Amino acid sequence: MSAIPDPTYALTASGNLRRRQAISRGFVAATIAAATLAVAVLIMLVYYAAKQGVSQLSVHFLTATLPPGSPGASGGIGPALAGTAEMVLMATIIALPVGVLTALYLAEFASPRVGKVVQTGLEQMAGLPTIIIGMFIYGLVTLHFGQSAIAGALALSIVEVPLIGRASLEAIRRVPGSLREAADALGVARWRTVVGVILPTASNGIVTATILAVARAAGETAPVLLNSNPSTLGYQFNPLQAVPNVPVEILTLLNLGYPSAVAKAWGAAFVLIVAILAINIGARVWLRRSERKRGL
Amino acid sequence: MSTLAPPQPSPAQNKRAVLTRLNNTDRRANRALKLLALAGGALVFLVLIAVVYQVISGASLAFDKYGFGFIVHKTWIAPANEYGGLTFIYGTLVTGVGSLILSTILGVSIGLFLSLMAPRRVAIVIGPLVEMLAAIPSVVLGLIGIYLLLPFIHSDIEPALHSVLGFTQIFGPAQGAGNSPFAAILVLTIMVVPIIAALTRDLFLTVPRELRDGAEALGCTRWEMIRGVVIPTTQSGITAACVLGFGRAIGEAIAVALVIGGVPAMHLSVFMSSYTIGSVMANVAPSAISSLETSSLFYLGAILLVMGITTNLAAQRISSRAGRIR
Repeated sequence: MSAIPDPTYALTASGNLRRRQAISRGFVAATIAAATLAVAVLIMLVYYAAKQGVSQLSVHFLTATLPPGSPGASGGIGPALAGTAEMVLMATIIALPVGVLTALYLAEFASPRVGKVVQTGLEQMAGLPTIIIGMFIYGLVTLHFGQSAIAGALALSIVEVPLIGRASLEAIRRVPGSLREAADALGVARWRTVVGVILPTASNGIVTATILAVARAAGETAPVLLNSNPSTLGYQFNPLQAVPNVPVEILTLLNLGYPSAVAKAWGAAFVLIVAILAINIGARVWLRRSERKRGL
Repeated sequence: MSTLAPPQPSPAQNKRAVLTRLNNTDRRANRALKLLALAGGALVFLVLIAVVYQVISGASLAFDKYGFGFIVHKTWIAPANEYGGLTFIYGTLVTGVGSLILSTILGVSIGLFLSLMAPRRVAIVIGPLVEMLAAIPSVVLGLIGIYLLLPFIHSDIEPALHSVLGFTQIFGPAQGAGNSPFAAILVLTIMVVPIIAALTRDLFLTVPRELRDGAEALGCTRWEMIRGVVIPTTQSGITAACVLGFGRAIGEAIAVALVIGGVPAMHLSVFMSSYTIGSVMANVAPSAISSLETSSLFYLGAILLVMGITTNLAAQRISSRAGRIR
C-alpha cells in the first residue's frame, strides 16, 4: 500500500486507447487533407488560368475589338468588357432597390406568417437554375423584342436580387436593438428610423452584398446566353441592342476552336477570374475592417 | 387709436399646426415606406410566379404533343423532330448524385476543420479561400475543365478506376477524350463544396461548447466527440446543406455543357458521354431549329424547375424543423 505511482506504468496510450486515438488522428488528418485539397484546387485553377491567359494581356487586348471576319485571330475584348459593365450596372440598378426593400419588408414590416412566405420566395429565387432565368427572360422579353442589353440585365438582376436581399436582411437584423429603441423613445417616426438609423447602420453589409452580387453577375453566362449574344463583336452601347459580354464571348471564342481564338478565350477568362477574385477579396477585407472600426 | 389687427394664431396654436403637419407627413411617409417595402417583397413573388408560368406556357406545345410520356421517352433527334426527356433527366440525376456524394464528404470535412479543428488564425484565412472557389465563374471552370481536367481524366483517372473498379459497370470502359459525366461530377463538386463547407461550418459553431467539452471530459477522443455529439445535434442541418448543394448541382448548365460530352444517351458507366437538362438547354437553345424543339427545351426546363423547387423546399423544411427542435 503505497502512494508512489507505479514507475513502470506507461504514460503513452496502449491497447484500445491507442486504437481510438489512431482513429481520431486519422480523422483529423483527413479533414486537414480535405481543406488543403480545396485550397490547392483554387490555387491550381487560378495558376492555370494565369499560365494560359497572362500572355494575352496588353492594353490592346483590353480595348481593341475582334475583327468580324476571323474573330480571334487578332484584337481584344474591349467591347465585351464594356458590355459586361453596362449590363451589370443596369442589373444592379434594378436589383439593389428590390433586394433592399424586400429585406426591409422582412425585417421591419412583415408579420411572421407573411414574412416566412416571402423569405421562402427569396430562397427559391436564390435556388433558381440560372439557365431557367435565361429561358424565362427569353420567353418574356427576347422572343418579342429581340436580344438586347436590357434583356440580359433583367436576367442578371434576377440573379442578384436574392443575393442582395438575403445579405441585406442579415445586415439589418444585426443592427443593435438599442439603436432602434433609442429612436422609438425619442418618438421618431418609423420611416425616419429606417432611413436615418437602420439603413446607415446596415449600409456596410448592404454595400458588401451588392459588390459581391456584381462580381457574381459579371461572371454569369447562362442568363445572358440567349438574351445578349450578338453576332458582331464590336463596341455597342445601345441598351436596346445585344451587347457583347465577357462570359458569352469566352464561350463563343472557345466554340470557334482555332488555337488563336482559344488563346483569346483564355485571356478573357484570366481577366474575368482576376477581376472577380479581386472584387471578392476587396469587399471582404473592407467589410471586416469597417466592422472592426465600429467595434462590431 | 389702434386698428384691429387680424387675429394672429397664438404661438401654442402655431406649434400644434406645425406638429400636425409633421405628423401627417410622417404618417404618409410611413405608409409609403411600408408600401414600397411590400412592393419589393411582392415583386420577388411575382417574378417567381412569372418564371413558373413562362416555363410552363413555353412547354405547352411539347406537352400537347407528348404529354407526360415525354418524361420516360428516350429519343431526342432534332432533324426527325422527335423529342424525349429521359436521357437528360437521367444524366442530371447521375451527375447530381455523384457530385452530392463527393461534395458531402469533402464539404462536411472542411466544415469540421474550419469550425472545430483549425486554430482561429488558420480558419479565417482558409475559410474565405474555400468560399472563393464558389466565386469562380462557371464558364471559366468549364474552360479549365476542358484543358486541364479532361486530359488528366482520360490519361490517368479513367484507366486506374476502370482497372480497379471496372467490374461494377459504373466505372466501365471509357469513351471519348475524357468528356463524361465523371468530369461533370468533378466540376460540380468544385462548385458545391464551398457551399456545403460554409453552411456546415456555421452549423457546427452553433453546437454548445458545454456539450463538446462534456464529451471530451468523459474521455472521448476528438473523433468520438464529433461522431457522438456534433454530428447528431446538427444532423438535419447537414442534410439541409447537402440537399441545397444538390439543388445547385442539378441546375448548373454552362460548366457541365463544356465537359460532359453532349451525347443524349444513357449509360451505367460514368465514363460514357452523356447530357444533362441544364447543359442541353445551354447548348441547343441558342440554335433551336423548330418551335417544337424550343418547346421541348422549355419542357425540360419545367422538369428541372420542379426538381429544383422540390429540393429547395425540402432543404427549408428540414432546416426549419431542426430549428424548432432546438
